[in-house]
Amino acid sequence: MNFFEILRFALRGLTINRLRTFLTTLGIMIGVSSVIILTAVGNGSSKAVQSSLDRLGTNSIQVRSGSGGFGLRARAVSNNTKPLTVADAVALVDSVQAPDIKSAAPVMNANATCVNGTSTSTPSTFSGTWPSYFEASNTSIAKGVYFSNDDVTQGRRVAVIGNTTATELFGTDNPIGQTVRCGGIPFTIIGTTAVKGSSGFLDGDSLFLAPITAVQNSLTGYQPLSTIIVEAKSAKTTDAAQSEIQTILDARHKVKSSTSRDYRLFNQATLLATSSSSSQVFTVLLAAVAGISLLVGGIGITNIMLVTVIERTREIGIRKAIGAPKRAILSQFLIEATILSLVGGALGVLGGFVGSHFTIVGVKPVIMPSSIFLAFGVSVLIGLFFGGYPASRAASLRPIEALRYE
Amino acid sequence: MHPVIDVRGAVKRYGQGESSIFALDGVDLSIEAGEYVAIMGPSGSGKSTLMNIMGALDVMTSGKYFLDGIEISSMDENALSVVRGRKIGFIFQSFNLIPRTTALANVELPMAYQGIKSAERKMRALKALEVVGLSDRVNHEPTELSGGQQQRVAVARALATRPALLLADEPTGALDSKSTSDLLDLFDQINAAGRTVVVITHEMEVAQRAKRIIRMRDGKIISDSLNAELVK
Ligand SMILES: Nc1ncnc2c1ncn2[C@@H]1O[C@H](COP(=O)(O)OP(=O)(O)O)[C@@H](O)[C@H]1O
Ligand SMILES: [Mg+2]
Repeated sequence: MNFFEILRFALRGLTINRLRTFLTTLGIMIGVSSVIILTAVGNGSSKAVQSSLDRLGTNSIQVRSGSGGFGLRARAVSNNTKPLTVADAVALVDSVQAPDIKSAAPVMNANATCVNGTSTSTPSTFSGTWPSYFEASNTSIAKGVYFSNDDVTQGRRVAVIGNTTATELFGTDNPIGQTVRCGGIPFTIIGTTAVKGSSGFLDGDSLFLAPITAVQNSLTGYQPLSTIIVEAKSAKTTDAAQSEIQTILDARHKVKSSTSRDYRLFNQATLLATSSSSSQVFTVLLAAVAGISLLVGGIGITNIMLVTVIERTREIGIRKAIGAPKRAILSQFLIEATILSLVGGALGVLGGFVGSHFTIVGVKPVIMPSSIFLAFGVSVLIGLFFGGYPASRAASLRPIEALRYE
Repeated sequence: MHPVIDVRGAVKRYGQGESSIFALDGVDLSIEAGEYVAIMGPSGSGKSTLMNIMGALDVMTSGKYFLDGIEISSMDENALSVVRGRKIGFIFQSFNLIPRTTALANVELPMAYQGIKSAERKMRALKALEVVGLSDRVNHEPTELSGGQQQRVAVARALATRPALLLADEPTGALDSKSTSDLLDLFDQINAAGRTVVVITHEMEVAQRAKRIIRMRDGKIISDSLNAELVK
């Protein structure tokens, strides 16, 4: 009895029970591909966060309104919170009090839909700011020019837009010199930014930047600022710059102690730390969900394998009665189980690769090689063990015991 | 010459202690090559138990069994599988063909387990199916065959390995009278060709074909005689 003979029996076994073969393979496939895709989503989102932070630049510090705490305490403090103002931003640019600060730019976010003829676009970032914002936020111009300090002083309605916004509004036409209406207000496009790419949930190129004065005058009015972006002279002086910001703002906001500040500072390092820990939690959560789906798939496989062997115990008895050695029967079932789990696992890996090509909930999945080996390995082991174990038990029965099995 | 079957002091006990049953309670039986033996007896008398032991499908609690002069009762499962394949053809009341598998493939199967090459296997299987009169049904699956035809496939499967011994446990139990007499003719033919045949049956009609009739009761042989019809 050679190997190919047994292989033929195994293939026959698989083709005879088509539905079972199909369901088992499907179960393994879904388990494996969901593990691969879900971990890839988790991994992709943390990669995206990281790269968006990288793009922010290491010298920049964000100042945001609000206290550091959450819940009750935050609300209590918010009663005497002073808003961030343009004057705060001006005060931060002070070569005497703040020698380590290179520039500061107030940022006023707005929500506006821009219209050009029949094309519309709602930029995910629509900000009024100062020219120094460009350097602090690592934003460079691809075509056209930056708006100038003069544009800010005069409150000119000019704008620099990102790639996505440009395409949405102008298609393939050159946007420079064209005029769009945003929230009903006309803006003239003077430049487009270099492609940033998307960062997780946010498209970095869905961008509309205009002089802060223009945005305040026409769209938002004089509300508190969203943020102030500060650029330190170098990456090494970020910490010094941070304490200079605190000294200046504490004085301006009449902050009595460091625990009752009504603003928060974020630099790249702190952002990286919080976001990478939260995206790790996200990945672990997804991996847990994926693990459960693999487990459920595994239970399904186990179940089908057990039922199959029990169902075929009588057949095993017949085979033994006409002279089949235990080894031949065991090999047949093991080969069946191996083929099922290998094919299912391979299809699952394929499915994982295909599925990871799509953007899922705004995240571009990045496959973790370890997840492939893990999912594939686990599914094959489950198939082998739960296919092999009951088969080995059945093959060890005396023929008469197996035949009596109903 | 030693006997084909030589069973000595066979005991088969089921269960433990008080509630245990002796399905075989000290059976001695010797069958020579070429004999045609019928085993009769009421239900539960231990006929199948004895047959399963002779067919190496089951093991006894105590006693010795020699098949063709070789002691079977001390063999391990691996060696037994070889004996089942080469020495014994077993026919069941319920046919026991492999489902969803053609008559030809069913007949080839025991030869496949013996490692006989595909071409020779097929030739011998076709020959055996011809002997049982099923040349026109070789590619039919069990569900496409009548009970009589299925049992004849089982006989072909048992014969194709050219065993010394053909054992049949109530082979006609599930057959109509026409199929029964066809099958019995086949057994006569097989026995005439020199093969040892042992048949368990309730039916006198079946037992009458045998040359020797053994009667059992409560796990013991109570009579062992030449067929009265033939003696006359
Ligand atoms: N697997 C078993 N477990 C317990 N008792 C059994 C088993 N098989 C057979 N028996 C008992 O052994 C006795 C003989 O059974 P069997 O050889 O099948 O009888 P027969 O074939 O003559 O009808 C019966 O009393 C039966 O109940
Ligand atoms: Mg019986």
